[in-house]
Amino acid sequence: MSTTDRFIPDRLQSPLERRLKSWESLLLLVAIAIFIANSFASPYFLNAWNLSDATFNFTEKAMIAFAMALLIISGEIDLSVASIIALASTAMGAAVQLGAGTPVLILVGLGTGLLCGAFNGFLVTRMGLPSIVVTIGTMSLFRGISYIVLGDQAFRGYPADFAFFGQGYVFWVISFEFVLFALLAVIYGVLLHKTNFGRAVYAIGNNPTGALFSGIRVARVKFILFLLTGLMAGVAAICLTSRLGSTRPSIAFGWELEVVTMVVLGGVNILGGSGSIPGVVIAAFVMGLVTFGLGLLNVPGIVMSIVIGALLIGVIALPRLWKMWRG
Amino acid sequence: MLMHAETAAHAARAAAPDPAPILALAKVTKEFPGVKALSDVDLRLYPGQVTALIGENGAGKSTVVKTLTGIYQPDGGEILVDGAPRRFATAQDAAAAGITAIHQETVLFDELSVAENIFLGHAPRGRFGLIDWAEMERCAEEILVGIGAQIDPKVRLRDLGIANRHLVAIARALSIDARVVIMDEPTAALSHKEIEELYELVESLKAKGKAILFISHKFDEIFRIADRFTVFRDGQLVGDGRMADVTEADLVKMMVGRDVSQIFPNRERRIGEEVLQVVGYDHPTEFADIGFTLRRGEILGFYGLVGAGRSEFMQALFGITKTSKGITKIDGRLSAIRSPADAIENGIVYVPEDRGRQGAITDLPIFQNVTLPSLKRTSKNGFLRLAEEFRLTREYTTRLDLRAASLDTNVGSLSGGNQQKVVIAKWLATQPKVIILDEPTKGIDIGSKAAVHEFMAELAAQGLAVIMVSSEIPEILGMSDRVIVMREGRIAAELAGEDLTPETLVRHAAGI
Repeated sequence: MSTTDRFIPDRLQSPLERRLKSWESLLLLVAIAIFIANSFASPYFLNAWNLSDATFNFTEKAMIAFAMALLIISGEIDLSVASIIALASTAMGAAVQLGAGTPVLILVGLGTGLLCGAFNGFLVTRMGLPSIVVTIGTMSLFRGISYIVLGDQAFRGYPADFAFFGQGYVFWVISFEFVLFALLAVIYGVLLHKTNFGRAVYAIGNNPTGALFSGIRVARVKFILFLLTGLMAGVAAICLTSRLGSTRPSIAFGWELEVVTMVVLGGVNILGGSGSIPGVVIAAFVMGLVTFGLGLLNVPGIVMSIVIGALLIGVIALPRLWKMWRG
Repeated sequence: MLMHAETAAHAARAAAPDPAPILALAKVTKEFPGVKALSDVDLRLYPGQVTALIGENGAGKSTVVKTLTGIYQPDGGEILVDGAPRRFATAQDAAAAGITAIHQETVLFDELSVAENIFLGHAPRGRFGLIDWAEMERCAEEILVGIGAQIDPKVRLRDLGIANRHLVAIARALSIDARVVIMDEPTAALSHKEIEELYELVESLKAKGKAILFISHKFDEIFRIADRFTVFRDGQLVGDGRMADVTEADLVKMMVGRDVSQIFPNRERRIGEEVLQVVGYDHPTEFADIGFTLRRGEILGFYGLVGAGRSEFMQALFGITKTSKGITKIDGRLSAIRSPADAIENGIVYVPEDRGRQGAITDLPIFQNVTLPSLKRTSKNGFLRLAEEFRLTREYTTRLDLRAASLDTNVGSLSGGNQQKVVIAKWLATQPKVIILDEPTKGIDIGSKAAVHEFMAELAAQGLAVIMVSSEIPEILGMSDRVIVMREGRIAAELAGEDLTPETLVRHAAGI
């Protein structure tokens, strides 16, 4: 017995058990409850095409939220994502005026996103500035450029085949955007949870000094995360511009906070260090379902944002209230 | 007649009994989990006299200061003020009894003015209980002039240099109308001229009948300023008396005198070929011209006072701190180390002193901490393989006899000694050539201490080159094959064999 006394097991709790007791499980229950409530509240809700339409409420934001989740877990944040969409969309609109075709538009959209991400990443990792300040600055800067270029005008005239990204369907009611969302969810889920890179992200978020002392190239990892966030804003810009068919400087206004809300609702610690991609996926559905359900009930937009805000605070506060009440 | 009277007076002064101490500790004991920080210590502070408190790092000096200022409560014994037992439940109680301390890093407030810093918590009040600003600034000015400080009481503290901040801290101490002033290494950050000014200040405090407790590592300072001494070793009083009755050598002997050989592992020394060569490491402010060589199987000790630049140099060697100059050769090959990642790839690893912040990531589980620098080996094409991670973690934590509920337990929930084992396991798993241990046994219990020493000996026996930074003389003497003593950022001496004695270490470290 004396040798087994010393034996240290790998785990005390199986991964399955841990998953069942997690934030994600709680959030999934919330999502199901909202789904059921919606189907009772409106006779139009349980309709395949209506549900498919509902996904557009969150797919573009969720694409950014995946990269943002990694960034927030690492202890940084990017509040300029909506402005990157505006700048990328403006750049694509300008390219259309110069006669660019769809492949070039894609490159312009992605390239603008990457450049903006690199700019944020440079200021944060090389200059050592706090990301919240840097990206509040670039939030005004990027959209400001868009306003200078467009004024009160709009770019239109996107090629016909460009419409596929925001309006196309891959199979029956399954839109291209939804497929892209699902694919990116898997890619980011694997990146965060199954790779060395993802492990480094958690280590940095928990203790950047300790991570540096353990041989993690902290600045490099953070720079890549800013690049990825910029790139995802570029992807979202392509989808959104394609869906709307035009570019105005006010495009995606206020999305940065919705994206951050989605990430936090998904269980990512705003101070960094913990969170998961499955959580963000479920949070995307919760937010999409709530907005869509309220929309079917003809609830005005301002009330919707009140509901989303209350939901965020409620879901975040509940576990803590529960603990306080019991303790 | 006159002659006779004078002689008599002189004789009377020499034989005069000491005045009654203002403040005294009688048989005071203070215990922490696993450590007896103070056992049955006595200390007496007399009016108009400076008492020097002397001892190695960890001898219990800071614990005494914290006990006298109400931060710690003694587990046994009494604090006597004017001969009457008193209890200091809080720092305010001690301040009310007229005891004030100027710490190595006194807490001051950058954004407040000098006058506010001096009078924070006891500002003069005017009508309606509001702070009387004019009166406060006038009083601050008066105190500052009194100690010869030319500081405008209205400027914000952030605009002052270190020396002036120190004067503000002293002014704050005086503003409380203290009877006992504790100075904990007050000259550590001061220039030569500023130190002279501090001495004058101490003299004027003496003249006002204050009792002063003066803590310093520097013997020249102690002999210059102190009237009496008290020496601590391992939390025990080993001697006290008048400075006039002792020599430097006596004090050093009291500080370190003990049998050091018994508690350290006896090891067979098999020193192999040279593995590390460091040449001309320079840093603009922290250290200069550091160079040495290290062989396989060797334990090289780095001794010095706190602030001698040892940790700063080690962190430069590990790629954290940027140096202005210096080259590193590993196995004779020139290696450019610009980041810890480079250092690890070159086989140099560093176990930092600050375990919670630098050594471990306390909110992550044990296995993730251990494999963090070794992920390249445990993964495949960048994808994690958890089974491999658990295998590697188990291999190294078993060797270190880690105690934990599971390998999935967060490091933060382990004891200090076990946390240290996780950090060491993390580095051994990278299969390094050189391991740097910075104060490896600081703040861990005696049992874990012995385990760490045992293990260090084992590592050296297996051919690893070990650098051990330590401020504990017994540890340095008991473990090292060779010792480099650093003082003020430079190598003061390299000692081995018969030259390696407690006295030589202290002499070179203090520069006497």
